[in-house]
Amino acid sequence: MSNWIDIAALDEIPQRGARMVKTALGCVAVFRTGADEVFALDNACPHKAGPLAEGIVHGKSVTCPLHNWIISLETGEAQGQDEGRVATYPARIENGRVLLDRAFLRARVAA
Amino acid sequence: MTQKLVVIGAGMASGRVLEHLFDAGADYDVTLFNAEARGNYNRIMLSPVLSGDKTYDDIVTHDADWYAEHGVTCRFGEHVTEIDRDAKTVTGQNGTVPYDKLLIATGSAPFIIPVQGKDLPGVITYRDLDDTNAMIDAAARGGKAVVIGGGLLGLEAAAGLVERGMDVTVLHLMGHLMERQLDESAGFLLRRDLHDKGVKVICQASTAAILGDTHVEGVMLEDNTGLEADLVVMAVGIRPETRLATDAGLSVARGVEVNAQMQTSDPDILAVGECVEFDGHLFGLVAPLYDQAKVVARTLLDEPAAFVVKELSTKLKVTGCDLFSAGDFADGEGREDIVFRDPMRGVYRRLVVEDDILVGAVMYGDTADSSWYFGLIRDKTDISEMRDTLIFGPAYQGGTPLDPLAAVAALPRDAEICGCNGICKGQIEDAIAGGATDLGTVRATTKASGSCGTCTGLVEQVLAVTLGDDFVVPAAASICGCTDMTHEDVRRMIKSQKLTSMPAVWQECGWKTSCGCHVCRPALNFYLLADWPLEYQDDPQSRFINERKHANIQKDGTFSVVPRMWGGITTPDELRAIADAADKYMVPTVKVTGGQRIDLLGVKSEDLPDIWADLNAAGMVSGHAYSKGLRTVKTCVGTDHCRFGTQDSTGLGIKLEKELWGSWTPHKLKLAVSGCPRNCAEATCKDIGVVCVDSGYQVSIGGAAGMDVKETELLVQVPTEQDAINVIKAVTQLYRENAKYLDRIYKWMGKVGLDWIKKRIVDDLDERAALVDRFELSQSIYRKDPWAEHSSQKADSYRPLANLSLEAAE
Ligand SMILES: Cc1cc2nc3c(=O)[nH]c(=O)nc-3n(C[C@H](O)[C@H](O)[C@H](O)COP(=O)(O)OP(=O)(O)OC[C@H]3O[C@@H](n4cnc5c(N)ncnc54)[C@H](O)[C@@H]3O)c2cc1C
Ligand code: HEM
Ligand code: SF4
Ligand code: SF4
Ligand code: FES
Repeated sequence: MSNWIDIAALDEIPQRGARMVKTALGCVAVFRTGADEVFALDNACPHKAGPLAEGIVHGKSVTCPLHNWIISLETGEAQGQDEGRVATYPARIENGRVLLDRAFLRARVAA
Repeated sequence: MTQKLVVIGAGMASGRVLEHLFDAGADYDVTLFNAEARGNYNRIMLSPVLSGDKTYDDIVTHDADWYAEHGVTCRFGEHVTEIDRDAKTVTGQNGTVPYDKLLIATGSAPFIIPVQGKDLPGVITYRDLDDTNAMIDAAARGGKAVVIGGGLLGLEAAAGLVERGMDVTVLHLMGHLMERQLDESAGFLLRRDLHDKGVKVICQASTAAILGDTHVEGVMLEDNTGLEADLVVMAVGIRPETRLATDAGLSVARGVEVNAQMQTSDPDILAVGECVEFDGHLFGLVAPLYDQAKVVARTLLDEPAAFVVKELSTKLKVTGCDLFSAGDFADGEGREDIVFRDPMRGVYRRLVVEDDILVGAVMYGDTADSSWYFGLIRDKTDISEMRDTLIFGPAYQGGTPLDPLAAVAALPRDAEICGCNGICKGQIEDAIAGGATDLGTVRATTKASGSCGTCTGLVEQVLAVTLGDDFVVPAAASICGCTDMTHEDVRRMIKSQKLTSMPAVWQECGWKTSCGCHVCRPALNFYLLADWPLEYQDDPQSRFINERKHANIQKDGTFSVVPRMWGGITTPDELRAIADAADKYMVPTVKVTGGQRIDLLGVKSEDLPDIWADLNAAGMVSGHAYSKGLRTVKTCVGTDHCRFGTQDSTGLGIKLEKELWGSWTPHKLKLAVSGCPRNCAEATCKDIGVVCVDSGYQVSIGGAAGMDVKETELLVQVPTEQDAINVIKAVTQLYRENAKYLDRIYKWMGKVGLDWIKKRIVDDLDERAALVDRFELSQSIYRKDPWAEHSSQKADSYRPLANLSLEAAE
């Protein structure tokens, strides 16, 4: 049995945008880039917990809506002078659907 | 002993297999079935046949003599209907033959979108010679063609049909053409070149139905746009032709599954071409099929061989549209983008490097070096030595740096540089040739940059381009790291070069990144919608969250909701509806704002569409408390109640707010109207303020009461209310058209001068009227309630994509 959870159709996330997925332990932001890749990160900026899903997505980064920190979607790491990191989770696209690895729920329990 | 080989499908792949087999002297007795009533031909050359550059005879790869020479039994025009693996026979429409080895080479079938009218005569796909001939016949009758699908096949069909005199429109579902092979920038250039050839392109077009009674008559889109059509070509994709294999019980996923020896789950049955799936990959281009064909021949000869998947590259066979793409060109962490644009020659090149290896390339306009780049990608060559000059291709190893003046150098002589005085590049060049070698003299002789001054940067660049090293451009702050141009330069370019999309700006202004950043995208989005309200479509993803979600984000990630109260006037019913909403959505804070309305603070994102719908139902609309646009028009009670009032200040405030609401401006725009010079509405510290007097209305602009505090300056006193409204619309439009993004009116006024503004709005009544007209044109699109639209059409986007709260972790 696969460990991937079908979340939604890719079309439901705007290009260069994000949507939130609720879990029992808080929200995960699922991003879609201009090149149609998907990434899943905790929806809380390492600075002051700004909701990253609401930021402007450019390349494979998102700019936090609260104070403009730039976070890498691949590593969750803050870019430039700023320091900090948010958790990232495996995500992928299959047949136009967005999938998250079930393990991320467990990882969140451990975290 | 001679073995019997039966081949199903005489396509590009099986043709190659047979050549390799016979070249190696294999001892096989071959029967070749083909559903098409002909043998092997070069399918990819159908496009030149369609455009008239080639004939069918030119593209035949194997003729009757060749089949006879190799003893191939041809059964063309005959469908194979069944494979019997137990009996080891194949049955065609005209009878059964036995096999020792069987090769399935059935290619793929065009995908047909399941819409009403798809079966009407006049709707065709693009796959074989019959389709091509059908298009040629249809084109001979003239008329209109609609091609559904803006990928490789669709565009080649469109170009061919235009060549044959049809009026062609391409409908493409995605935001830019060939999105699987090209990025937005290359997609923009392709669209422009196709447009020049006469091919119209509509992107984000979703087909709802094909219309017609006995023959196709038109196409209807989801947004209810109707297009006339005498011919519809469907080119939306292909699907491996696997029916025979499935019926025979072979293992089939999306394609017929094969191992590296090209054997299916039955070792005596091989498969090749577009019908196969290998290691999760499907194939749609000939290069890998030719590799497969070699392996098939070796396997049939009992020799060891293995197929491996290699990098692919794409080109488009449309003359005048030179493009190339290969590898993976998504940008990101650990990957370096090297971008080169030459606006003069319409060239765009983007290389993606990861760990000193070139992993992807997109090229448009000049693809001469494409095979060199493709070699670097395929061979995973270490490029660290040539990294700095890599973008210039093999000839330039040692090369020249990128030229920041290229965009201005590329402008034609009739490109308008100075909008105020209507001075074109050519006039400036002539002045320079006539001896004006610095900004001051150019200004004195041509007037260019002599009025508002925002084109100074461009004039200096024209000087630099014309005089070369004799003129040094003073350093000016560019918008961001993506470009060397300033806001002012880019605004002039957008106007004078009629740039109506973001990719157009990126290309023509030589952007150094592939798709901008969070600093330049919101600015460009504003400039484009302000200058081209009809042509440009607002891009929510280039907006800061508040404007994208039509609510202000708070520090805890909740939002505030501020309904409009026209001119600060409300009613008991509205107040009751606000109170009800505050209760229903458990709003923690209800505050009266300084803009004379009520703020509901602390609303959850997912509740926004519902609270808006409730407020809409009570007749209220968005207050745009979040926008770089019109916020509020504050008023005093004026003649209605006040003993000092000279005019109906409240009434004028309401009228102004109803005219101006929904408009986007470079920064926020706040107005106020006071009924007498006692100025209770504090009109003289607003962006635009009106103070009523006995003889009329004093309109003043450029106030501020934030980090800077400024009193407004008088623009004009006018006698009637309608004059006041027109002056305010005109000045708002002038500000929209000229100011730098994020400059409030007072900052803009500091740069262009109050006199410059007066000249246009007070002295020149034609200009005032023209500005009002342009403002109204823009408002015809933007004067609407975003809350109503979002709560009815986009409510889902405010809610979580999925809720896994109940999903067990273990
Ligand atoms: C207009 C056009 C332009 C193209 N341009 C390019 C290009 O520029 N570059 C590129 O790399 N690729 C291009 N391609 C794609 C390329 O042509 C295909 O990848 C290639 O032809 C696939 O070869 P194949 O042998 O697998 O299938 P095909 O060439 O499609 O051959 C399959 C044959 O099997 C027959 N068949 C199917 N089922 C049965 C049955 N049950 N019984 C008997 N016969 C059957 C079909 O009639 C067909 O003749 C283009 C394709 C088209 C249509
Ligand atoms: C960069 C500086 C500023 C920032 C960041 C800022 C921020 C804000 C925010 C976040 C709100 C909305 C609160 C909400 O409804 O959620 C707001 C509202 C308001 N601000 Fe400011 N502000 C700035 C400058 C100013 C200035 C210069 C003025 C006065 C001239 C001003 C006057 C107001 C008023 C009157 C409102 C209520 C508006 C309404 O009713 O729509 N602000 N401001
Ligand atoms: S500004 Fe004048 S008219 Fe308006 S409330 Fe004050 S005193 Fe009255
Ligand atoms: S004054 Fe400062 S703290 Fe108060 S609302 Fe404005 S920005 Fe926020
Ligand atoms: S919370 Fe993200 S930048 Fe401050």
